[in-house]
Amino acid sequence: MTTKPELLITAGSLEEVERFLKAGATAVIVGESIYGMRMPGQMTLADIELAMPIVRKYHAKLYVAVNNILHNDALKDLPAYLTAIERIGVDAVIYGDPAVLMTIRSSAPSLKLHWNAEMTSTNYATARYWQKRGSSRIVLARELNMEQVLEMKQYLPDMEVEVQVHGMTNIYHSKRHLVQHYLRHTGQEEETAKVGRDRKLFLIEQERQEEKFPVYEDENGTHIMSSDDMCILEDLKLLLDAGLDSFKIEGLFKSAAYNEEVIRVYREAIDAYAADPSGYAFRPEWMERIRLVQDPERELSFGFFYKEQMY
Amino acid sequence: MTNTTNTRIRKYNGKRNRLDKPELLAPAGNLEKLKFAVHYGADAVYIGGQKYGLRSNADNFTFEEMREGVQFAKKYGAKVFVATNIYAHNEDIAGIEAYLLKLQEVGIAAIIAADPVIIETAQRVAPLLEVHVSTQQSIANWQTVQFWKEEGAPRVVLARETSMDEIAEMKAHVDVEIEAFIHGAMCSSYSGRCTLSNHFTDRDSNRGGCCQSCRWKYDLFEDDRPDLTKLVSEEEAAQEPALQPFKLGVTQLPLFQEQQNQFTMSSKDLCMIGHLPDLVDVGVDSFKIEGRMKSIHYVATVVNVYRQAIDSYMADPDHYQLKPEWIEEMNKAANRPVNTGFFYEEPDHEDHIYEPEEKAAPYDFAGLVVDYDADTCMATIQQRNHFKPGAEIEFFGPNGTFFKQTVGQIWDTDGNELDAARHPLQLIRMKVEQPVHYFDMMRKKNR
Ligand code: SF4
Repeated sequence: MTTKPELLITAGSLEEVERFLKAGATAVIVGESIYGMRMPGQMTLADIELAMPIVRKYHAKLYVAVNNILHNDALKDLPAYLTAIERIGVDAVIYGDPAVLMTIRSSAPSLKLHWNAEMTSTNYATARYWQKRGSSRIVLARELNMEQVLEMKQYLPDMEVEVQVHGMTNIYHSKRHLVQHYLRHTGQEEETAKVGRDRKLFLIEQERQEEKFPVYEDENGTHIMSSDDMCILEDLKLLLDAGLDSFKIEGLFKSAAYNEEVIRVYREAIDAYAADPSGYAFRPEWMERIRLVQDPERELSFGFFYKEQMY
Repeated sequence: MTNTTNTRIRKYNGKRNRLDKPELLAPAGNLEKLKFAVHYGADAVYIGGQKYGLRSNADNFTFEEMREGVQFAKKYGAKVFVATNIYAHNEDIAGIEAYLLKLQEVGIAAIIAADPVIIETAQRVAPLLEVHVSTQQSIANWQTVQFWKEEGAPRVVLARETSMDEIAEMKAHVDVEIEAFIHGAMCSSYSGRCTLSNHFTDRDSNRGGCCQSCRWKYDLFEDDRPDLTKLVSEEEAAQEPALQPFKLGVTQLPLFQEQQNQFTMSSKDLCMIGHLPDLVDVGVDSFKIEGRMKSIHYVATVVNVYRQAIDSYMADPDHYQLKPEWIEEMNKAANRPVNTGFFYEEPDHEDHIYEPEEKAAPYDFAGLVVDYDADTCMATIQQRNHFKPGAEIEFFGPNGTFFKQTVGQIWDTDGNELDAARHPLQLIRMKVEQPVHYFDMMRKKNR
């Protein structure tokens, strides 16, 4: 089998879209925070429209994130938004809240749907449930282990399966504005104005002084991120053998230069595999290249791929 | 207790659907708690079975205990729901069907489920089980409520982030039962969207392994390295001091001072006793109390208070008054600070628990009345916590019947006088100043 899996990354601007595709990504995710969760930058409908020719030039795909947990007030403009996206001709919409499914059925029926409920997209039967309701892809939860990820395609031969291979993950999302609240509680009112991603805030838990958990706020509340970046590069072959359809790089909190380098490395690995699956072997220099750009304070880990979890 | 109102706001012209009176839904961590919750006035209780629930706990019900619980509840016209609210992983799927069939067989009225694989399986194999869509689905808008209705769910449990106005809009759009948390501890995250426990302790929170990491303490810093990814080699950094922070990464600014409280996500508990009229009028069909891990004393006390308040309001809405003694009662079994969650305003900096928490509630469950002899005014009490003559105690029962007294002489069942009731479940005889009934509770003040 030599069909190449998609190499997917989140992008925050037109410039990033172009740079990432040039570096070897075959699909990008864009959006804006009123509908999309934790996007690395705001891409309005006008930006998305401008992105399309670039994406087509590279024979790539563009997906729009509409995966927020929606409250009533977000529903008003949702039909118009989705209709516009349909008209622009993007390749799919990523959603978690069923309201998006409902609105697409009524307002933009030709749009493809990728189901991504973050931490809660955990099994194949539920993926099939959303498939029956029109989703062509499941985005797997990052808390699954290697075995669970690898077997997904056996259960879902006719559904695309996307898995994150690189980058940070969200580990906590609250509607509350926890950073502002804390700053106010400790009498630092003047600090509350800047609590977004640019501020580079992080939390350290008492017993875990080595780990820094980035935290930031946006209009959707407070987001706490993992202290490590997952990187499955060494074991990419397992995922390639298993026939997973899309490998995602989370671009959030990273510079475009970092993301480009990560894309290039994964691109090489995927191409090497496609050229000669049986002769493919992981090359240590790939890891070295990533280490060179990696923040030394952030461990490159296997995420939950090899962790035993209890409950 | 903050945010309590005595006056009734006729803001929501809620029309009830299906249920003519809102249901009071209580947690029951085990069979005994179930009996107390029902006896003290719950219309329905929710419990956890041995599998698929989000509270991994040795106390969870066996099918036999469920059967007994259902029988018990039936005598009161109450129902038993089972929380099957995990997000399943592939290997969890095989047993779901058999488990749900068994729940149906033992007479469970409904399951509370989040994962569509469980919802769909229940609808397919166990049609007598109602499916209530769990708060773990974070349902926060009316179209999503509509979606689940169309999928055949007679009831949805809303996200705890939903406001009163949003509920009003949902009720206006969709004719389906709405269940909302009105009391108890809360996840401070969107339900299901927290894997702190997975990261800190390798315990899967969405399968019941949460270890409440949101209540832990953290320090907040700002990363002051100029560019997180423009890294240089040791040699380069050695030659050019300005580049050192890029390499060494030591530049971080604390956003707190010594002696100040640390950062935490810990939120105050929800308490809506001051706002029942709003909840009824907006059309919430089921008032849910959180706390399957809470004590009998807590569950009985809280249920008792809400029962009285709901009945009082439903009997005569126009003259309803919030009674101060309800709040006093509630405070005897709990000590956490409370607020009104997201119902009225988004929580702010006063809605967290930054200070260290006191552990014990002000009162303890001291004994359970198992018998009363009206001729001699002697009660037989089953010991639940140490007490002795001279202790200040209170008796209370369903409907708020209540009196205080001091413990006089106490005897065991053979008539031997005792200096203290020391042994758990030991039967004690003592004189009581007013009639008491089987199932009344005796509490004592903690020092
Ligand atoms: S850690 Fe806190 S917010 Fe997270 S699941 Fe547990 S109780 Fe909820």
